[in-house]
Parts: sequence; structure tokens; C-alpha cells
Amino acid sequence: MDNIAIELRGIDKSFGPVHANKNINLKVRKGTIHGIIGENGAGKSTLMSILYGFYQADSGEIVVDGRPITIRDPNAAISAGIGMVHQHFMLVENFTVLENVMLGAEDSQILNKGIAKARQELKRLEKEYALEVNPDALIEELPVGLQQRVEILKALYRKADILILDEPTGVLTPAEADHLFRILGQLKAQGKTIILITHKLREIMAITDEVSVMRRGEMVATRTTGETSVEELAELMVGRRVLLRVEKGEGTPGDVKLSVQGLTVKDSRGVTMVDDVSLEVRAGEIVGIAGVAGNGQSELLEAIAGIRKGTSGTVLLNGQSVDVTGHRDPAALRARGLAHVPEDRHHVGLVLKFEESENAILGYHNDPRYLNGVFLNIDAIRKDAEEKIAKYDIRPPNARLKTANFSGGNQQKIVLAREMERGPDVLIIGQPTRGVDVGAIEFIHKRIIEMRDQGKAVLLVSVELDEIRALSDRILVMFAGRVVGERSPDATEGELGLLMAGVEGRKEAAE
Amino acid sequence: MDFFHVLVVLLESTIRVSVPLVFAALAGLFTERAGVFDIGLEGKMLGAAFAAGAAAAVTQSVWVGLIAAILISVLLSLVHGYASITQRGNQIVSGVAINFIVAGSTVILGEAWFRQGGRTPALAEGARFQIVNFPGADAIREVPILGPIYADLLSGHFLLTYLAFAMVPISWWILYRTRFGLRLRAVGENPGAVDTAGISVIWLRYRAVICCGILCGFAGAYLSLAMTAGFVKGMTAGKGYIALAALIFAKWRPKNVMFACLLFGFLDALAIRLQGTPLPLVGQVPVQLMQALPYILTVILLAGFIGKAIPPKAGGVPYVKER
Repeated sequence: MDNIAIELRGIDKSFGPVHANKNINLKVRKGTIHGIIGENGAGKSTLMSILYGFYQADSGEIVVDGRPITIRDPNAAISAGIGMVHQHFMLVENFTVLENVMLGAEDSQILNKGIAKARQELKRLEKEYALEVNPDALIEELPVGLQQRVEILKALYRKADILILDEPTGVLTPAEADHLFRILGQLKAQGKTIILITHKLREIMAITDEVSVMRRGEMVATRTTGETSVEELAELMVGRRVLLRVEKGEGTPGDVKLSVQGLTVKDSRGVTMVDDVSLEVRAGEIVGIAGVAGNGQSELLEAIAGIRKGTSGTVLLNGQSVDVTGHRDPAALRARGLAHVPEDRHHVGLVLKFEESENAILGYHNDPRYLNGVFLNIDAIRKDAEEKIAKYDIRPPNARLKTANFSGGNQQKIVLAREMERGPDVLIIGQPTRGVDVGAIEFIHKRIIEMRDQGKAVLLVSVELDEIRALSDRILVMFAGRVVGERSPDATEGELGLLMAGVEGRKEAAE
Repeated sequence: MDFFHVLVVLLESTIRVSVPLVFAALAGLFTERAGVFDIGLEGKMLGAAFAAGAAAAVTQSVWVGLIAAILISVLLSLVHGYASITQRGNQIVSGVAINFIVAGSTVILGEAWFRQGGRTPALAEGARFQIVNFPGADAIREVPILGPIYADLLSGHFLLTYLAFAMVPISWWILYRTRFGLRLRAVGENPGAVDTAGISVIWLRYRAVICCGILCGFAGAYLSLAMTAGFVKGMTAGKGYIALAALIFAKWRPKNVMFACLLFGFLDALAIRLQGTPLPLVGQVPVQLMQALPYILTVILLAGFIGKAIPPKAGGVPYVKER
């Protein structure tokens, strides 16, 4: 078989008791884009790390261009023509683009000689693949999309024929992601082989030629993309049928529970992040805020939750005023019936080094039912945690396990259980399913709708437009800190997309 | 004494006391730029000073003394490297441990070997560094202005003094103009980038640590073979920490390191000079205050006057492959 760029035969890898890859076989045809999809923890990243020489397989064989090779370290992978674009960019932030591209592939001990040559080669690559980037720009000053382009250039500079991209769109805006896909198409047209690792079904359908599905360390199926469907892939990933579209009845909005009037928020540099935003959320209603990341949604959420100071404006919670510009007191807000699921569960929502049961009461630890005088009532806390674990199907069901050892989806469920089980009146949720696998997404969406049906007011912020459309009763679109429009969930993606890009909104605001 | 003469004397002693600071701060520059924090500069310098004094006393050779200093200092660096790179231990703890081990063991070994209360025997002329006089220095000393500058400021120092100041541009060149330097700076910022580029993070950091050891060796040898004639217990007297302060003050840049060391050296020289001399208006200044000045200055200036000193991003963090 001449047209196979890379083949894996019987790759097996264990980390202690964890069997991360079980007898993996995979063939990737030359000049194609091959998707590898699977839930978090399915073993995709481990497999790719083996390909790039980060780990050695316990057994099995890697065949590149018909020749079996051993990849002991990244160097061996590079010389075999394998390049990798990591999920977290492997760039030196205070180096220039050129220095980053050169690093490790310098020609000689003294830099000067190599620099001119590298600059020339970089220019050639930029032209050949339409990947413009200023070689003298510092990485830290480039937007994420361009940083990723540098990563791709790094691989091409090392003459990679096989390019592995690990969750490349996780950090990109939709527009940047589209641009990336165009670049990948271009690379494919030039004869490069691309392996795309992702857990987003839409991306797979959009640009791959073939797709392989991994589940619990096994390669369960390979399909030609044109002959499969999102539903089939989702089922293969999770191992059971998944509802991609949540079932949702009509809402019955009641009284206004959360009211925000003219809220303005400036960041520490004095830049206006939220600009005169007004909105209302009623009981039994989900209001979704759509927008490209970085348009003020995060700051809005934080200001309402009491963890960021507003500059001006008023917030009413249950009809009573909240001191949004003055003293920040999230604990008092919590006591008044506001629950907050923060966007960044790792840094704000959880203490990863704590046990599950400790995180399950974080922020509510002064509640008398967890206390024994001035001491914590460990038994009550664990019992409470176990109830939540059962109710939210948190796996593994172990209240004493360190939180860092749970998968992203289960960590998110820990936060959700903590905030939802308090019976709040108002629930504000940021990015509920970021980094969460398909099976857990379904569960989380169902829970959010249940909250609505119990008469809670839900304010939802997400950069996943599909999620906003699936869950919301009303959609507000934010652009450059302002609410630029309100739409019903039936609005088309294109219509919302224009608002998100700030095109339609300006007209509307002018009217 | 006229003002100009006082100034020349003051600057001359500034250079003299700055040399170990320059060596040590550059030593710290190499490891810290590679992401290994090193609070053990003091200990390495002290160990090197002792090794130099002892070896020179026994062999009567200044060069054997210098080599011994470098060997011991590199050895201590490798201990720090093993603890913090290979074993991924806490870099501060390892550095402090080295400082304590050296502070104690130099005295014990010195007493056991030489029985002079922890000192090494005073070194004869051949066993220590001699002053280098530039040609014609004596002849033009009497020329006004230029004469003293040439004869006392530029000429009349030790070989190691010239080496120390030569090391500033050399270090800059190594860090910014060689492949090794590029990689070294990269590994201090994002070791992942270095690893994925197919370069060994561990070996690279070990090489940085060895560079640090060599430079600390020079610093120690200067103390016991040039500045004085032999080792005295605790003779580094906090210079390693001042060097560390200078390094932070200089934001981890070679040229700034030199100026920071000269500034601290100048304060030191001033402190010696002002000892017992009353100043106009304030009267007699306690010498302790002058000695504390470099640290006070570092704190004040770092607190807002020189802007933020951003350390290498991966500094102090052992490299563990993801997962």
C-alpha cells in the first residue's frame, strides 16, 4: 500500500493501572485529513504523544512511509517528518516568531549565520502556504490565531509531511477556526497529511476525509466522513445513543428575578469591558448571552456574581438592590439566592487539590449543616457529597478522590451539583460545557432545563452558539461590551453570526 | 585631598569590591535564565573561596587554587542541579541547604586541616594573584585627570578583575548570539517548547548550572586569592545575596547586571570610606546602615521605580512532561 502515510499496528500503552491505549490500529492515507474523535480521556492525546515520541508504547509498531520506525523522542518524530501542533502552544512568549521557528532547528552554533537563512525559508513557507505572519513580532503580542499559525510554521520549517493538530480550535474564535480550516485545506492540497484530534463533531464533518473514533482507549471504528453522520459518530464515541438536541418544552416565565440596568465594567487598565448593559431574567426562563469570546460576557458575569467591581449601573436580585459598584461580597449574594457556575472551573470554581467532598461545599462551608460547632462535620460533608455524586452521576463515585483526578465533565458536574442543589432563585452559568465530553454535555443541558422548569431564573453565557440556541428562551448577543441585539432561539445561525461580528448590531443601535 | 582624588580612590575600590558581585550575578544569570533559581550563589562562592585558599596554600600555586575553586563550585552546582533538575526538588530549599552545608563544612575542614581557627594559611606572593600594571602606568600617573584614571582606575587590578568585566559582553554574546543561548533562554521561559523541538531540557539545564558553577568559582577564587591572601571563615559575607539582588534589580540582563553590581559595589566602597567620618548635616552614619543600603535600595526600587522585574516564566518550576 503506497498511499499510506502512517500506520499504527497494535499500539498498547498503560500508565500504571490505567490502560490508556488498547491494541490500536490505524491507517492514515497520504494527502488526506484524518480526524480522530473521542471523549476526553478516550486516549487520543496519549496516542498522539506516542506518535510524537513523548511516550513509548508498551508494544506495537509505527510505520511511516512503509518503513517501521521507533520514535524514542520528539527528535526522532521530527526526522520522520512528523510535526505536532499542541493544544497548549509550545511557544516562548517573549521570543520573536523567527526565534520560535528556529529554536531547535538552528543551523550552527552561532545564530547570525542561521538567522538570514531562516528568515528566507520562513518567507518562502509563508508564501507557499499563505501563512503570513511578521517574523519579528513577539509571540505575546500576537492573537491566539496567529500564534497557532506560528506553531504550524514551526512544523513546516522542520519539513513535516504529517501534521498532527491536537484540539486546535479549543482556543479559537469561530472566525479563526474557519481560517484554520482553510489553511488545513491548503496544506492538504499541497500533499501534506493531516491528523486532526478533536471532540467536536462539527469540525470532523466539516473538513475531514476520514474519521476514526476512540472510546475508552480503544479504536472503535473508522469511517469515511462522507458516509457517516453526526449521530452515528456521537453514538460510537459514547457507546450509546446520544440526544444532540435537548428536548425542551415551552417556558413559563414569571416575575423578574434578576434585573441589570446600565451596568458598566472597566478592567484594571481602565478599558471598558461591559458598556451600559441592561437585561432582565425572569423566573422559569433561560436567557442566553451569545458572543465571540472576549466581548465582555465574562466581565458581565463576574460583576453580577460579585467577584468584579462594576463602574456604574444597578443590579436587582429578587427585586432588591445589589451593591454592584461598591463592596464585593459574593458570599452575601449567595445567601440571597444567587448561584454562580464560573467559566473557569479550574481556577475559580474548584480547588483541584482538594477532595471531591471538600469542593462540593466550597463557599457553603459555613452552613450549619456542615459544621460541628467551630469544626467541620466531616461525616455530614461526605454524606452530602455522596448524595450529589449519585444524583449527578459523578464518576468515579468517590467523594475522597482528589478533584484533579476527575475528568473535565465530572469536575463540571461537581460545580453544578454544588450550585444547583442549594435551590437558588437565580443561577448564572458561564461556559457550562467547555472541555466537557458529549455524554456529560447531554446531562448538563438536561439539568439546566430542569432548573428552568423548577422556576429558576437562568442566565447563561457560552461561546458555543449551538448551546445557546439549544437552551435559551431568549438570546442576547454581546459585541464589544454592548448588548447589540435580542433574538428568539429560532433565529438562524447566520443572523446571530452577523450580530456577533458586530455587523448587524451597529445598524440596530443606530436606529 | 582634593575631590577628584577622593573620587578616583572611591571608584577604584568600587571596582575592587564589585568583581565578586559581577561574577556571581552573571553566574545566577545563567541558571535563572534557564529556569533554575539559585539562592546558593553565596554557598558556592564560599566553597570556592575555601577550596582556592586551601589548594593554593598546600601547592603554593595560584592556578591550582583557581582550578580547585572552579571544581568545587561546579560540584556544588551539580548537587543543586541533581536536586532541582533530576529529582525535581524545591530549588530554594536546595540552595539554602547548600549555603548551610558550605558555611559549616568550610570551617570544620579548615580547622581540621590547618588549625588556624577556620582560616587557611596566609598565602605567599606566588600563591595569589598579582596586580597587573599597564605599560607606562607609572610614567603618566602625574598627568592631571587622565593620569590617575589610567594608572589607578584602568590599570592596577587583578587578572580576574579584567576577566569579570570581560565576562559581561561575553555572557551577553553567549545568551543572545549563540544557539546555546537561544535554547537556554527558551528553557527558562517554556521548557515544553524546548522539549517538543527535540532538545533535552535536562541536559540543557545542567549545562546552565555548570556555567553558573564556573563563574561562582571565579568569584570565590577572587575573594581568597586576590582580594585577600587566604580564606577567612564566612568571607563572602552576604555577597551572594547581594549578587542575587543585583540580578533581580537588573531584570536578568547582562549589561544591567554589571551596572547594578557597580552600584552596589559603590555603596559598599562608600560605606567603608565613610566609616567614622561625620557627614555634614546628618553627622556620623552607622556603618550598618550603609551595609544595609543595597538591600533597602533593591526593595525600594523594585517596589516601583524601575518597573516590574519579570523573572523567567518557568523559573523555579521543575520540568515534568505533561500528564
